[in-house]
Amino acid sequence: MAELPQAVVSGILIGSVYALLAVGLALIWGVMDIVNFAHGNFLMVAMYATFFAWSFLSLDPLLGTFVAVVVLVALSLATFYVVIRPVLRGTVLSQMVVTFGLLLLLQGGAQMLFTPSARAVVHPWLDGARFVASGVVLGGPQLGAAAVAIIGLIGLWWLLNRTEVGLAIQAVAQDRKAAEVMGVQPDRIFALTWAISGVCVGLAGAMLMNFYAVDPAVGFQFGLIAFIVVALGGFGSLRGALLAGIAMGVTQDVVGLYLPAYGLAAIFVLYLLVFLIRPQGLLGAH
Amino acid sequence: MAVLLATFPFVVKDPFWQNVAVLVLIFATAATAWAVLGGFAGQISFGHSLFFSVGSYATAYVVIHPGLSPWVGMVGGALLAAIIGTIVGFPVFRLRSHYFSIATIAMQQVAFVLVTNTEQLGDASGLAIPLRSPSLANLQFSIRDKTDYYLVALAIFAISLFVVWFVLRGPVGYYLRAIRDDEGAAQTLGVRARRYKLYAMALSAAITAFAGGFYAMYALFVDPSVVLGVGFSILIALAAILGGAGSLWGPLLGAALLVVLQQFTRTMYSGAGTGLDFVIYGILVMLIGIGEPRGLAGLVGRLRGRRPA
Repeated sequence: MAELPQAVVSGILIGSVYALLAVGLALIWGVMDIVNFAHGNFLMVAMYATFFAWSFLSLDPLLGTFVAVVVLVALSLATFYVVIRPVLRGTVLSQMVVTFGLLLLLQGGAQMLFTPSARAVVHPWLDGARFVASGVVLGGPQLGAAAVAIIGLIGLWWLLNRTEVGLAIQAVAQDRKAAEVMGVQPDRIFALTWAISGVCVGLAGAMLMNFYAVDPAVGFQFGLIAFIVVALGGFGSLRGALLAGIAMGVTQDVVGLYLPAYGLAAIFVLYLLVFLIRPQGLLGAH
Repeated sequence: MAVLLATFPFVVKDPFWQNVAVLVLIFATAATAWAVLGGFAGQISFGHSLFFSVGSYATAYVVIHPGLSPWVGMVGGALLAAIIGTIVGFPVFRLRSHYFSIATIAMQQVAFVLVTNTEQLGDASGLAIPLRSPSLANLQFSIRDKTDYYLVALAIFAISLFVVWFVLRGPVGYYLRAIRDDEGAAQTLGVRARRYKLYAMALSAAITAFAGGFYAMYALFVDPSVVLGVGFSILIALAAILGGAGSLWGPLLGAALLVVLQQFTRTMYSGAGTGLDFVIYGILVMLIGIGEPRGLAGLVGRLRGRRPA
């Protein structure tokens, strides 16, 4: 009976990717107090970028990762300058509304351009690298994705806590005006934050593409998961995001093992339960 | 506006446009309800299909099982939705609006999975409403001419609009706007933010459910993937935002634009049009967010104001 350990392991692997996806969202949320409702669709764009790099340019999906990251950084920066900057001084409502519009635009655009059919990368190089340990299978693509996610999270932690730029980002997150007085230009920090978020989503999407088919609807599902990871883990906490991501991956896979129809619903129930007890999330401060 | 709405079915007899008009009114009712929460209290819900479907299911259920009048189901559904809304709102309203938006999606997703796995509610295939003799009490009319359906939909919309106007013109309306603009400041001045947000939630949920009950009777079918789907929640929010969630007539304008645009793109481009309408909505919503947060209603007001006397 290796089913339960298998589900737990699979959950941990996919959960790490959830965490990487979620920190992209949490970073913008924490620094600018803006929720990017289109975040899940950014992931969809990253997946399509990887897919088309593979199918049109015959790039190995691993090399396609670079394409996805570049596309996503460009998309994130464009979003910041075109859509977000004009509403920075606007109401919370208008800030929520613009990214909601972006969600609709990306979703509709994908449906128009790429049709609703699902597309998958066939035989990625990582497929060959699978390990079996006491009955539990570690798929190459999943293992690779989790490894990249963990490395990405460590890199982000290092960037935020061990570099001057990272400290400037944290300063702006804590008190925008005070940081400005100290010579930090919030505008630049915001743009940088969006770019970093783009890198996270680009990596997550490209790695996911190695074992998950993309269609215009994936954005919604993963966007929702990212929101819930962020809300569950609490803000500004990378460890919280990792814990929450893994908790969600494991819950989804273990519940899905026994009650296949309820896998995804279980993570929403988990969220609502945590929410009732600790609304600020598992490791949230306020 | 009111005259235009009241005479519409007697002037326009084309069934296509009569159907469009009924759908516009149903959406307008739900969007008006959404705007109480989203536009006036500043709480953006992406889970309003939950309340809509409570109305739809309650209505279908009482018509099928005890064989009661659908009105009983609509009122019951509205009450049930208000209770659910209060229960959802109670923990969520301690926090800022982002959490609220996420919690509403989560609730709706859980409800979807539960309902589509409940045999009494027809699992994933939904509930078909049996035909009865046409009458107002049975809320079934001739399907050839939609005039009667239109008039009932109009009455429901008008009453909803009146109730919303009546509630928002008093102190509650001011409190809600104060909470939306600056919750901390409002609380300092003694406004019990959470309580008024809960009132707004209950009212919003009840009206949405009522509209959902009527929709079930109009479609004669409750399809969970439609009435309890994410898409429906988004459309309700969209209608209100497009039209202007902070104004009374905005949701109606938004619903009209939404339904007409949807019918237009679907007829013109059939399957391929499914993406096009979202692209157009997306661009419009972004423009509204950046340029005119008061939506179409604000735009109309602006144009009127600039017109030389």
